Amino acid sequence: MSDGEGRKPLIEVKNLYVYFYTYAGIVKAIEDVSFTIYRGETFCLVGETGCGKTVVSRTLTNIVPPPGRIVKGKVLYHRDGEVINILDLPESKLREIRGKEIAYIIQDPSAALDPLYVVGYQIAETMVDHGTVKDEKEGFARAIKLLREVLIPDPESRAKAYPHELSGGMRQRVVISMGLSNEPQLLIADEPTSYLDVTVQAQVLDLLRELKKRKGLTVLLITHDMGVVAEMCERVAVLYAGNIVEVAPVDELFKRPRHPYTVGLLRAVPNPLTEIEKLESIPGTVPNLINPPPGCRFHPRCPHTTERCRREKPPLVRVGPSHYVRCWLYAEKGGGEA
Amino acid sequence: MSEALIKVEGLKKYFPVGGILFTKGWVKAVDNISFEIRKGETLGLVGESGCGKTTTGKLILRLLKPTAGKIYFDGEDVTKLRGKALKEFRRQANIVFQDPYSSLDPRMTVFNIIMEPVRIHKIHVDDPEEFVIKLLYEVGLNETHLYRYPHEFSGGQRQRIAIARTLALRPKFMVLDEPTSALDVSVQAQILNLLKDLQRKYELTYLFISHNLGVVKYMSDRIAVMYLGKLVELAPAKKLFESPLHPYTKALLSSIPIPDPELAKSKERIRVSGEPPSPINPPPGCRFHPRCPHTTERCRREEPVLKEVEKDHFVACWLYA
Repeated sequence: MSDGEGRKPLIEVKNLYVYFYTYAGIVKAIEDVSFTIYRGETFCLVGETGCGKTVVSRTLTNIVPPPGRIVKGKVLYHRDGEVINILDLPESKLREIRGKEIAYIIQDPSAALDPLYVVGYQIAETMVDHGTVKDEKEGFARAIKLLREVLIPDPESRAKAYPHELSGGMRQRVVISMGLSNEPQLLIADEPTSYLDVTVQAQVLDLLRELKKRKGLTVLLITHDMGVVAEMCERVAVLYAGNIVEVAPVDELFKRPRHPYTVGLLRAVPNPLTEIEKLESIPGTVPNLINPPPGCRFHPRCPHTTERCRREKPPLVRVGPSHYVRCWLYAEKGGGEA
Repeated sequence: MSEALIKVEGLKKYFPVGGILFTKGWVKAVDNISFEIRKGETLGLVGESGCGKTTTGKLILRLLKPTAGKIYFDGEDVTKLRGKALKEFRRQANIVFQDPYSSLDPRMTVFNIIMEPVRIHKIHVDDPEEFVIKLLYEVGLNETHLYRYPHEFSGGQRQRIAIARTLALRPKFMVLDEPTSALDVSVQAQILNLLKDLQRKYELTYLFISHNLGVVKYMSDRIAVMYLGKLVELAPAKKLFESPLHPYTKALLSSIPIPDPELAKSKERIRVSGEPPSPINPPPGCRFHPRCPHTTERCRREEPVLKEVEKDHFVACWLYA
């Protein structure tokens, strides 16, 4: 995917394969996943439970938990002029990148915070570890500034609060400020709002959007919510059973979805602003990845299945500017391989 | 519109908190709410976590005993039922839980799961196997699933089994407590459509509890919005979305992420600050006043009551009183 219209790539994932070696067999969690995140954009990975969204995000700093293993592939990180493959780096070098250049915000803010320390100290710690500040005292002062940036009222006293003293939305703000503390090149937000209530979710999404604009952040947003995708992202990759089935700019994806799975997914989400007579659903369920279906992984649920879909895996082909689809319906009509 | 199947009057449920000898306070989970559910309709109940939606559902089924208030089911006061009459009520009014992973006994086969309530209620069936198979077909499963165990099924299939189990008793009324929030979107639509089909076929009445407004709108005829143990607005689904009145409903509706980038950009955003306060010591007056953009002196002091401001459109707010 090189039609970046002059945009500079930050992360390029190439032909990634991640398998989990379990007692039940080898789970082929990620197969042949490639995508590029450009500087300054919000790139979104969307998909259902178990499709591999989180696993992909973890390969970016090589922290796939065992029994998972990255079998094949490259994660190229464009760092001021040079290009490095993150998967080749030794652990000591990775530590410099994790939390500093590539930071995470995880789904559950209570799990991300240590209940035994005040939040200001925890934010300071991330900065001290990466040498952003010289000691904890300076770190604590910076932490208060960061808390103000994420719109926490009365940051001076909140910095001295323990996580249990804060509400869910406040905790997620603390985690966001922690992610931002070392001014990362890439912020990975893994379902940052799915533990929050809608009114609070809206506040946190507004905050992320605002911070992104002000700091020119690059964000990788992982979600299962098509609504969040529509409101937050510039480009979207749809993941199904460990494969990317479609990549497109957000407006294009919602207006002209091409892959039958994307089409089905968009129709299955009830939009509260429109009248819906009957929701369309996708028959069947997500396949077991120990024995994924041969050929296209979506074929058992697809309304357009042909003989070929059952046998051969379709390539990711270009169907429009920056729009790629992995489906035989489009592969034959030409449009060159990606 | 048809008559009411369920009528709730001044329903309250307080839970005691803390203290070894004496209770320190009360969580006012449900505080003086009244509404009715009409025969054959789906009443949607929405609100954020901790607002008392599930407690309300459980109170109506008498899975919890109310602190105060009355619940009429077909004209009879449920809170006073005992013995046989209570058992009969439990046959007619049933629940589908949120999490199909914990609501099915892992050591029972599908056949036994579905037959258990039938045996308990001593309902005579000529051929149990045939009876269960028929139910399985009804919910989109088949006879090959009869002697399998819950762990062999996916989340969506488990929820189908749970629905078949409630159907086995031929209920009149079902509380659907977030029946799809543990499921993926592609499967969610299947279950929602199944529930709609069953409702038409068996003339069921639903109380549909959810925090997902898109889903509630799709399922419901009327929607009730709850905030911190109170009903703040009740209106026909279409009307609630087109012209919400209560400031909380407005904020809630404009907070939903819309799965359409163009609509999302053009939509008017009303934001409320802060988060729902603790129901242990709810704010005096209107419970929403600390977050409301239209707060007046009166809101801080007096509690507004649910009033019918237009036909079928109820709201509890001083702006409309």
